[in-house]
Amino acid sequence: MNNENIIEVSGLSHSYDDLRAVDNISFRVKKGEIFSFLGPNGAGKSTAINVLITLLPLQKGEVFIAGHNLSSSPKYVRDSIGIVFQEITLDRDMTVRETLEFHGNLYSMGRDEIGSRIEELLGLVELSDKKDILTKNLSGGMKRRLEIARGLMTRPKVLFLDEPTIGLDPQTRRKTWDYLRMVNDEGTTIFLTTHYMDEADILSDWISIIDHGRIIASGTPEDLKNSLGEDIICLETADTELAKTAIINYDGIKSITESGEGLVIMTDRDGAQILPEIISGLNRDEITISSVNLKKPSMDDVFMHYTGKELRD
Amino acid sequence: MKMGFLNVYKRDMTRFFRFKHQLFSSLLQPALWLGFFGMAMAGNFDRILSSTGTAVPAGVMSVDYLTFMCAGVIAATILFTNIYGGFILLFDKNWGILREIIASPMPRRDLITGIAMSGITKSWIQSLIVILFGLLLGVSFFSGKGPLEILISFAGIFIFIALFAMAFICISAFIALKMDSPEGFQGISTLLTMPLFFVSNALYPATGLPPVLQQVAMINPLTHLTAGIRYFAIGDNFSAIGMQFVYTPGEILISLLYLAFFAGIMFLLAWRTVDKVVIT
Ligand SMILES: Nc1ncnc2c1ncn2[C@@H]1O[C@H](COP(=O)(O)OP(=O)(O)OP(=O)(O)O)[C@@H](O)[C@H]1O
Ligand SMILES: [Mg+2]
Repeated sequence: MNNENIIEVSGLSHSYDDLRAVDNISFRVKKGEIFSFLGPNGAGKSTAINVLITLLPLQKGEVFIAGHNLSSSPKYVRDSIGIVFQEITLDRDMTVRETLEFHGNLYSMGRDEIGSRIEELLGLVELSDKKDILTKNLSGGMKRRLEIARGLMTRPKVLFLDEPTIGLDPQTRRKTWDYLRMVNDEGTTIFLTTHYMDEADILSDWISIIDHGRIIASGTPEDLKNSLGEDIICLETADTELAKTAIINYDGIKSITESGEGLVIMTDRDGAQILPEIISGLNRDEITISSVNLKKPSMDDVFMHYTGKELRD
Repeated sequence: MKMGFLNVYKRDMTRFFRFKHQLFSSLLQPALWLGFFGMAMAGNFDRILSSTGTAVPAGVMSVDYLTFMCAGVIAATILFTNIYGGFILLFDKNWGILREIIASPMPRRDLITGIAMSGITKSWIQSLIVILFGLLLGVSFFSGKGPLEILISFAGIFIFIALFAMAFICISAFIALKMDSPEGFQGISTLLTMPLFFVSNALYPATGLPPVLQQVAMINPLTHLTAGIRYFAIGDNFSAIGMQFVYTPGEILISLLYLAFFAGIMFLLAWRTVDKVVIT
């Protein structure tokens, strides 16, 4: 196992009866990075993460986390990771402090260490004044922050988060990203799953797009966006078919696809230069243009391109 | 600290004392039961008995029905507390922190050990309350015993209670881990409690039951718990409701071993189940 990689997964599959939720995926996570699984609902993100954190048995494949083989030393894997589950996993009748103490004890931490770590982490997630509040009386965002603090209690080498900002308002999501970045800056590797494009785009050093249990594209957010081309031109005309044949042979055009409203053109070179050529060409052929839009590829476009699904919420 | 079960135990006890209403009712309920049902039945039994005029053999201590029944109420209380005591696991599984616990390095068996310990502690507290309340109502436990003998009696009672509580909290944990809904859990637990409670010697001598049920009562752990409590709280030879009860030390030892064996098996069953449980 390479020292640079804190997670190495090869040929991982997981089935529920005859449903193959994770289908032969391989990937690696570098020490110190923020790695995201981006995929739509039901893609197999939770299944994959649950195998890695030992909640589900390893059916097929090889997994190393922090140098430990998942199948032969799950206990060591558990010792080296922190987890934030997709669903809120708190005892509603325990206080914030008790929640963290209980967790520290689960991991055999010393008393003094538990105490000082609680102070430190509650400061980080800004819950210091809620120490003796029952968790049922925290807001949704506070609960999430408490869970992040709990995941960090043991100073894990890797923090796993399954959809960390699901159900949070935009402001709280942004705040949560800030915490995660801070945690990452202090050296914790972060593995997260998400179906939010912006989350993956803004946070990640590396994204693997997963759909139907398979990884269909991987790269840095920049690389993924660049892989779609230089620019994207969206064009609506009176006659989509005619326009398509007229443009298809222009220099610098990477691909043209028809979408509901018109044409989506991906370019190899500066779209700002190609656009005037296209417009004058179409004018010459007397094809009326009803709207034009030039933009840089976004994560939405990447997602749409690879999964064929438009997903925003 | 490598003793994860202490962590589980501490949390369970914190919860027990945190909910004042629940705590209050769980302690008051058996006391009320003893108060109302016990007094009413005692009145009736004593009336019937006085009219039949059954003679008590010479030299045998005679106790009233309330005293006889108090041991049974304690036993039944322990049964109810523990058969529903595993509910915390179902709660944690559906709405709580079982996922966190299962994914931690703590051996899963510590979860069962910790919950068994808290089940035992709660049972001790409850039985102590019932005994004190009973003494207030005129139950003649420990009559003619010195302080040291009373202490020994309590030790004996507490050992019996511990074994029985452990057995039934483990059964409850097993059901909770297997069930998905509170309704299912409730249903199965209630179904188990009924025959255990009525086919035993808790409220009346098992000799009054049809022969087949008498056999069943013989293997019912509740019968052995009640016998243990009566032996230590009342004595080895007494008469109540017109019958003479004799417990030899040998019989009590067998009851004790039987409960220990039963508790051991149930503990292993719960251990095995928690090892295999999958939660996502
Ligand atoms: N316990 C289970 N039993 C049977 N099928 C399951 C189980 N858990 C998940 N699945 C199925 O496996 C597939 C992948 O589910 P998974 O929860 O891993 O997806 P996900 O990417 O996490 O989705 P989401 O974004 O909705 O959380 C889905 O088709 C789901 O229905
Ligand atoms: Mg999921």
